[in-house]
Amino acid sequence: MSAIAATFRDLRQKSEGGLIVYVMAGDPTPKHTLKIVDALVAGGADIVELGIPFSDPIADGPTLQRAAGRALEAGTTPRKVFDLARAISRAHEVPVVVMTYYNIVHQMGVEAFCTAAQQSGVNGVIAPDLPVEEASQYREAAMRHGIDTIFLAAPSTSAARLEKLVTASSGFVYLVSANGITGARKILQDKSIASIQRTASLIRGRAPLAVGFGLSLPSHVRQVIDNGASAAIVGSRFVQIVEQNLDDGHTMLRGLRECAHTLKGGTLLS
Amino acid sequence: MDYSDYPVNGKYGHFGGSFVPETLVAALSELAEAYARFRGDHDFQQRLSGYLTTFAGRPTPLYYAENISEKLGGARIYLKREDLAHGGAHKINNTLGQALLAKRMGKTRVIAETGAGQHGVATAIACAALGLKSEVYMGTEDMERQKLNVFRMELLNAVVRPVELGSRTLKDAINEALRDWTANVLTTHYLIGSVVGPHPYPMIVRDFQSVIGYEIREQMTRQVGRLPDALVACVGGGSNAIGTFHPFLDEDVAMHGVEAGGEGLATARHGASLCAGSEGVFHGMLTYLLQDADGQVQPTHSISAGLDYPGVGPEHAFLKHENRVIFSAVSDTQALEAFLELSRTEGILPALESAHAVAHAMRLAPTLDTDDVLVVTLSGRGDKDVDVVARYVGADL
Repeated sequence: MSAIAATFRDLRQKSEGGLIVYVMAGDPTPKHTLKIVDALVAGGADIVELGIPFSDPIADGPTLQRAAGRALEAGTTPRKVFDLARAISRAHEVPVVVMTYYNIVHQMGVEAFCTAAQQSGVNGVIAPDLPVEEASQYREAAMRHGIDTIFLAAPSTSAARLEKLVTASSGFVYLVSANGITGARKILQDKSIASIQRTASLIRGRAPLAVGFGLSLPSHVRQVIDNGASAAIVGSRFVQIVEQNLDDGHTMLRGLRECAHTLKGGTLLS
Repeated sequence: MDYSDYPVNGKYGHFGGSFVPETLVAALSELAEAYARFRGDHDFQQRLSGYLTTFAGRPTPLYYAENISEKLGGARIYLKREDLAHGGAHKINNTLGQALLAKRMGKTRVIAETGAGQHGVATAIACAALGLKSEVYMGTEDMERQKLNVFRMELLNAVVRPVELGSRTLKDAINEALRDWTANVLTTHYLIGSVVGPHPYPMIVRDFQSVIGYEIREQMTRQVGRLPDALVACVGGGSNAIGTFHPFLDEDVAMHGVEAGGEGLATARHGASLCAGSEGVFHGMLTYLLQDADGQVQPTHSISAGLDYPGVGPEHAFLKHENRVIFSAVSDTQALEAFLELSRTEGILPALESAHAVAHAMRLAPTLDTDDVLVVTLSGRGDKDVDVVARYVGADL
């Protein structure tokens, strides 16, 4: 059983949902990343999703675009992100997932990327612009290296296509809460709730379902879990805290820990 | 299998494909299905043909450039005059086709990206004619460089959306248009301006631009009595080039694609992804790309904004890979010199993009026989570029 699968099993046994925290590696500098992850794990994060910055992130809103810009400006390379992942996996029990656009994987080579991921203690990979139809070589290499492949589903994904995504995914399936890009939103729309219910019922427990994009409040996390998801993914909200406190590391880290803690509260079933 | 049979399953050899977030997958399938339906639809084709003829001014002439041909002393150079199409460039062929498609699909809103502003203007024109709302994403860097085109779009009832992120140029405008489309797929058609992006876009734009090559075939047959020996076109994303080449791919005709050499391929300041790039995944396609060792997309440079793009259409990547088309680069200075030469000798101001093709034809013609015929696609007119040229020659406007 993979570390990610074990985490979801443990959460289920405790009757709670998971909090997956997204961190743009190297934002604002690679030196910050470990401390940011420490703060989020201390706040209650169950899985850490580490972003490798890419120059042209088409699935991301302005908050994560700016974060990628800062990280690249600070000299963050894929190799440095793997070094950070290794340090995180040594320091913490929580699984580490890397998220990046496919060109980063393609340029390093699928085999070299999966080798580097395995050697860094990375447990899973998310490549949001790699469709399942193009992914056979990637899946094969990841499987050989013991890396989970997490595919994205959307509200517009047909039932037939969802079957393919569930088959290709290991670790969990990542449902995008609404058609759109990443970024903290104030309300979780009714159609997002409906799409979580629909997707959860189509998956029928064959894989954990994690929901992301737009979630920023404990009430969002609660709604996501109450409607059938196993975990909530929060990213832009944390990046905002980083961005608002670029000159004050202490306030940044305290804010992140407190934010993670209140969000984690939303996963505890009442 | 013939070159013209591609794409197969959205691929040109191993190039192309559809590397997009899941949120766009359903919209691209919807577009591919709608296009398959209307591609063979007589009524749709009749309407498009009507607009191309009576609104856009097609067919555009094929002109024997006798003065420059004699001066160079080699092949006879013919110019395919896309600069005479409505809007001043070949862009209108695609925007009318896609706007009509959007309308048939029941979309009420059209979004587009633009670099220099030519595609934005052509989108605004087509949408105004067809009664669609249009919004055009444009990097603020480009808006500053192309103020006139920003105002032209606004006169044509388009809303120009400034893009402040990234390098604030064409690639960022495409990123932003893709993001908008992701959030608004139900009501909105993304009218992409070149043979780039995820399948089916490179195929749709190619088909709409192939009117250029079909007209060349017909005009050559009528005016010269045979097909040309060689074709020359500039390549940024590559829409005028593929439109010129595609109807000849399975014929014995040489083809030359000309990229932006900028300040030289030995520098980092150029836009020659086929001549100097490597394979990568960008804007939804597997293609040649200007990127660093980590896969970060690199800033580009060209004197002509329309060639200032780090990727290229996947069909061109395939045709390079197959050695069916020969790609080379022309520098900023060579393009400017060709601009001046064509203006003086033929009385035609070419767009600086097209001047790259002219410059290459001027290198090529003297190496060929006087019986040979070279067709150069003049993708646009150069009025938009006169201030750049003025700076080059040191004139004070």
